[in-house]
Amino acid sequence: MWDYSEKVQEHFFSPRNAGAVDDANAVGDVGSLSCGDALRLTLKVDPDSEVILDAGFQTFGCGSAIASSSALTEIIKGMKIDDALSVSNQDIADYLDGLPPEKMHCSVMGREALQAAVANYRGEEWKDDHEEGALICKCFAIDEVMIEETVRANGLRTVEEVTNYTKAGGGCSACHEGIEEILTRILAEKGETFDPNAVAGEIKKPKSGLTNLQRMKRIEELLDEIRPNLQRDHGDVELVEVDGKYIYVNMIGACAGCQMAATTLGGIQQHLAEGLGEFIQVLPAEELARRAAMEA
Amino acid sequence: MSGTDKIEGIYLDNNATTMVAPEVVEEMLPYFTEQFGNPSSLHQFGDKVGRALKKARKQVQTLLGAQHDSEIIFTSCGTESDSTAILSALKAQPDRKEIITTVVEHPAVLTLCEHLEKEGYKVHYLEVDSKGRLDIQAYYKLLSDNVAIVSVMWANNESGTLFPVEEMAELARQAGVLFHTDAVQAVGKLPINLKETCIDMLSLSGHKLHAPKGIGVLYLRRGVRFRPLLRGGHQERGRRAGTENAASIVALGKACEMAMQAMEYEKSSVKAMRDHLEQGILEKVSHCFVTGDPNNRLPNTCNIAFEYIEGEAILLLLNKMGIAASSGSACTSGSLEPSHVMRAMDIPFTAAHGSVRLSLSRYNTMDEIERVIEAVPPIVAQLRQLSPYWSGDGPVEEPEKAFAPSYA
Repeated sequence: MWDYSEKVQEHFFSPRNAGAVDDANAVGDVGSLSCGDALRLTLKVDPDSEVILDAGFQTFGCGSAIASSSALTEIIKGMKIDDALSVSNQDIADYLDGLPPEKMHCSVMGREALQAAVANYRGEEWKDDHEEGALICKCFAIDEVMIEETVRANGLRTVEEVTNYTKAGGGCSACHEGIEEILTRILAEKGETFDPNAVAGEIKKPKSGLTNLQRMKRIEELLDEIRPNLQRDHGDVELVEVDGKYIYVNMIGACAGCQMAATTLGGIQQHLAEGLGEFIQVLPAEELARRAAMEA
Repeated sequence: MSGTDKIEGIYLDNNATTMVAPEVVEEMLPYFTEQFGNPSSLHQFGDKVGRALKKARKQVQTLLGAQHDSEIIFTSCGTESDSTAILSALKAQPDRKEIITTVVEHPAVLTLCEHLEKEGYKVHYLEVDSKGRLDIQAYYKLLSDNVAIVSVMWANNESGTLFPVEEMAELARQAGVLFHTDAVQAVGKLPINLKETCIDMLSLSGHKLHAPKGIGVLYLRRGVRFRPLLRGGHQERGRRAGTENAASIVALGKACEMAMQAMEYEKSSVKAMRDHLEQGILEKVSHCFVTGDPNNRLPNTCNIAFEYIEGEAILLLLNKMGIAASSGSACTSGSLEPSHVMRAMDIPFTAAHGSVRLSLSRYNTMDEIERVIEAVPPIVAQLRQLSPYWSGDGPVEEPEKAFAPSYA
């Protein structure tokens, strides 16, 4: 089942301030259309000081909805209503030592009930502008509506851009199919098609723009930068051949035949790729001989 | 929670998964150790395992009442069987671009169908009435030469409601359309005799009938055109490549043999426990009702909707008392939507969210049932005290009006 924190469980099993407050002068009724949960928050506010003297909740909802309601009432009791209004849903979640991403909307409902109750106290009309859709990215709790709006507002066209703008898809990447579907749909509205191979705008830089000679010199420079590390372990590296994205090197000294050679090559590859700003692959020189033999 | 300790916990979630029967465990253990051979091998190590698989295939055949043992294809799970059946029908009949299924299918079928829609297939979703029953006339009208396959579950996993799949398969046969049924919940709980039906394909899952997880079966009627999902080796006559999960196949065979023997007990004693549980709760708790079709359902399943409270909260409190059940509430599923089965039956959301499924097995006892009947009323009362729809001993007057929150 859910990975609820001890604090969530504790507030669910023994909720604080359950039930309506007698002679309350502020009531907020809110519900979450997406999950069907609903909450009534009743407050007793001191008219002179505007301090919340008492708070009570009634919740139709799941374990975390009840725990979030309980936490909210504990947080705001004794606060001035203006200070209480600055309580965010993240504050409620933090008070409970976190909520599962699927359950963050429970804490949102708590904050909205508070806004509705304060509006009710002040005789104002409370309008909710918060919209929620199906949860797409479970790692960062990003829903469909949020992604759609961001894609529309910024004219995004790749999964990578969506991740850069919303964080969605930046974790386990299981939601990339879902994000691609959203992109496909929104691009279709504009009569465009989603291109999975498009390069994200932010990292679309011109290729290194170096001549072959400049590029080789740059590779030598980059190798020189890491050479001291290798020499410290009594090893070294020499450049053998550059063939497009394949860069062939010889590991010498202690590095030759070292069990960590593969790891070292990986490190060199990363350093070269970052330095050149392009995708390259570093291979041992034996590989060059093998490939030549295969082509012959 | 120590779920394995029978004395501490009461397990009423057998539609989710079942305990592996001790006899089944005993039967399968040698196939991890001394009987490790590959059944495809010629030598004695392989040969013995090969014979064990043959026996298991017979045992499954007997439980399903299949004509031939070669109609049994071992797979990894019910979902694989469902996917294999539906995708095979589409591959084998490329001119047919339509599928008929129901709105209350398991996600194994539903999600696949939704995906196929994106690929250009037309899917007809049969609707259900408030008791979860299908309109057979509507189904009949949809059958045509354009339909590649009908896939309809035998028993619903949430409400236990049975669909008339034998009758529906006959109609499909007359129309020249293939018929598949996801019988994951029905196998082992109802007598099945496939050779007397027009069902072309059937899925079953081992872990729903006291075999381990990770083993399933696709029944494929002899002569039905088929295209494998997994190609590779010659296993399962080339219809499902991949080295056999020998230990689990042996286990499933044993579980099927035991299910066959327990069929009468299932129909009488398990049903009696279920009925007692249901009556006990309905008598003691106000404002709750049974969902689905009470007159036509699995003998082990009872689904009760408790009004004005939410299912996950009920489950958490039940779990604290060592009672395991499940719910159709949005919050237990990880999605934001309440169960598609409850919505399809048009159950009001204040009740759909409080639906709790109690599913029994032959390992439950009447004593456990009595304890659950005692445990449920105070839990419901406790949560109703927190509910804005509830006041004192009953719902507030005109609950939907008295509490009408602004929804976002």
